[in-house]
Amino acid sequence: MPKYIIAILEQRENKLKKISFEVISFSKSLSEKLGLEAAAIVIGDEIDNISEINNYGISKVFHFKNKLLSNYSVSAYSDIITEFVKQLDVEYLVLGDTSLGKDLAPRIAARIKAGCVMDIVNINLSEETPIFTRPIYAGKALVDMKFNSDIKVVTIRPNVFKGQKIDNPNTLNIDSKEIQNPNLKTRVIEIKKAEGKLDVAEADIIVSGGRGLKGPENFSLVENLADVLGAAVGASRAAVDAGWRSHRDQVGQTGKTVSPSLYIACGISGAIQHLAGMSSSKYIVAINKDKDAPIFSIADYGIVGDLFEILPALTEEIKKINS
Amino acid sequence: MKIAVCVSHVPDTATKIKIGADEKMIDPAGVVYIINPYDEFAVEESLKTKEKFGGEVIAVSVGNDNSKETIRKSLAMGVDRGILLKCDRALDSYGIAKALSEELKNYVPDIIFMGKQSVDYDDAIVGQLTSEMLGISCITNVIELKIDGQKITAEREIEGGKEVVESELPIIITTQKGLNEPRYASLKGIMAAKKKEIAEKQVGDFSNLTEVLKIKKPAEKQPGRIVGTDASAVPELVRLLHEEAKVI
Ligand SMILES: Cc1cc2nc3c(=O)[nH]c(=O)nc-3n(C[C@H](O)[C@H](O)[C@H](O)COP(=O)(O)OP(=O)(O)OC[C@H]3O[C@@H](n4cnc5c(N)ncnc54)[C@H](O)[C@@H]3O)c2cc1C
Ligand SMILES: Nc1ncnc2c1ncn2[C@@H]1O[C@H](COP(=O)(O)O)[C@@H](O)[C@H]1O
Repeated sequence: MPKYIIAILEQRENKLKKISFEVISFSKSLSEKLGLEAAAIVIGDEIDNISEINNYGISKVFHFKNKLLSNYSVSAYSDIITEFVKQLDVEYLVLGDTSLGKDLAPRIAARIKAGCVMDIVNINLSEETPIFTRPIYAGKALVDMKFNSDIKVVTIRPNVFKGQKIDNPNTLNIDSKEIQNPNLKTRVIEIKKAEGKLDVAEADIIVSGGRGLKGPENFSLVENLADVLGAAVGASRAAVDAGWRSHRDQVGQTGKTVSPSLYIACGISGAIQHLAGMSSSKYIVAINKDKDAPIFSIADYGIVGDLFEILPALTEEIKKINS
Repeated sequence: MKIAVCVSHVPDTATKIKIGADEKMIDPAGVVYIINPYDEFAVEESLKTKEKFGGEVIAVSVGNDNSKETIRKSLAMGVDRGILLKCDRALDSYGIAKALSEELKNYVPDIIFMGKQSVDYDDAIVGQLTSEMLGISCITNVIELKIDGQKITAEREIEGGKEVVESELPIIITTQKGLNEPRYASLKGIMAAKKKEIAEKQVGDFSNLTEVLKIKKPAEKQPGRIVGTDASAVPELVRLLHEEAKVI
């Protein structure tokens, strides 16, 4: 009997999140390489897009259901998952390194005495045992880790391992179980959504502004550009500390770590703590009037010039290719 | 109320990281160490909690003798006493959580504050692991906190918003920026801290569940292309993003 690799999926408002498909693809690919059986777990009420799971390569899903579980509850989730895992021969549990995954993964790991490696960005299977790489010191270094435990828990950094649809998926087999009296000792009673905004941690394109914007009112330049790109708006700590933006938007060592496909830094000097949060972006564009600003050392493309002139022009130009 | 705060001693965020000769740790030469920035929010919240409900706050750190500086810093801010859990080996987060929980289970705090993450290994897991080892609740990434009798209501930061979470004491809270403004240590506080007790205990022998094989620098990025010096460069920039990088 092969051992299992279990993809632990994440839903909000009854919908599987993008990270769930990344977790599925990652688990599927690892299962093939290590000769494991892959299955998925999702906890919640009705899951609207559950039928998409097999498109990413896993065709067995265990759905633990209860109306009271449509919101996250770490106590209930940990109980359900550990109980389930104990009944199977599990080698790996995979979660996304999101606010939910970060919260939950160590709780499960501690209960089942599994090692836990968070926020991995690479896996190397060419050695005797799999080697997992994760950024440390906010990306200023990387560490290669291995496990000394039988069961292994990993969380994968969002946007790094892409969710990939497969050809000719098997039919999805959903094993649905109603959970009686979930343990709601710790539970979410309300979600306060930030007004219709895309979060930097989840965005594929980010336009960020810094002190060079000179004031909160000028962030409309950044927002307009973000709008035409379908991007999230980020900020440097200087902009956040000045009260121009909320801390939620801060990118950097004490803000969020992001890896979008495109990061546009406007009026941001590129202090080491800022670079720490965004240097793993696929493409970086810098707009800064100081040609010696450190941000240019990691930018793929740069314009040395006045952002007040460049940002509106850029917004107009992108509108052109959009239409 | 019995309150504990866990503090870790980490390299300053402005530090340039050099890999040590053994490739398993960073080269500590020239590195300035500070109290983990998130732990300052934890210390502040522990002091506010004490101001409101009375009781005692202890600070606990796992590390070598140098970690006393960080404990001292929390004492200067107002923590009552410190405990150094001495360990010269490198422990993984599991080992650190084990050391903390072995100590804290004797003290039995009502509430334990930790930072949401240490800015060295960026694990963000010690709080959650410790809560399981102590068998108590835990809310991570907290930006607002209310304590009402045994009941806890906290807001935690999530993607695209906030979650309002309810739980009960005893609990571990891991703190995120936004929860409070950490106070500065006053001169009086710094003087007083010199007289406060820091107990030292040796950490037991815990086996690590994960192992560091090697640390390395990420691949150096080549500086890119300056497309121009004013708005006339914009069409070319857009062309590059569209046709070369294919990201828009
Ligand atoms: C413990 C600690 C943690 C930190 N964590 C973070 C973090 O998470 N994230 C973070 O960002 N920072 C962080 N910092 C702060 C960091 O060191 C910098 O102070 C900060 O990133 C600077 O923000 P900035 O680039 O917006 O401002 P500045 O460094 O002041 O740069 C402004 C830039 O705007 C340019 N500019 C001005 N006018 C124009 C114009 N008209 N057109 C074009 N360009 C213009 C200037 O040339 C300059 O390069 C941290 C610091 C510490 C000590
Ligand atoms: N060596 C340590 N000693 C005491 N507390 C620690 C130590 N390491 C981590 N912590 C606590 O756990 C939190 C999360 O750290 P980490 O899981 O290492 O990112 C920190 O903000 C501290 O409050």
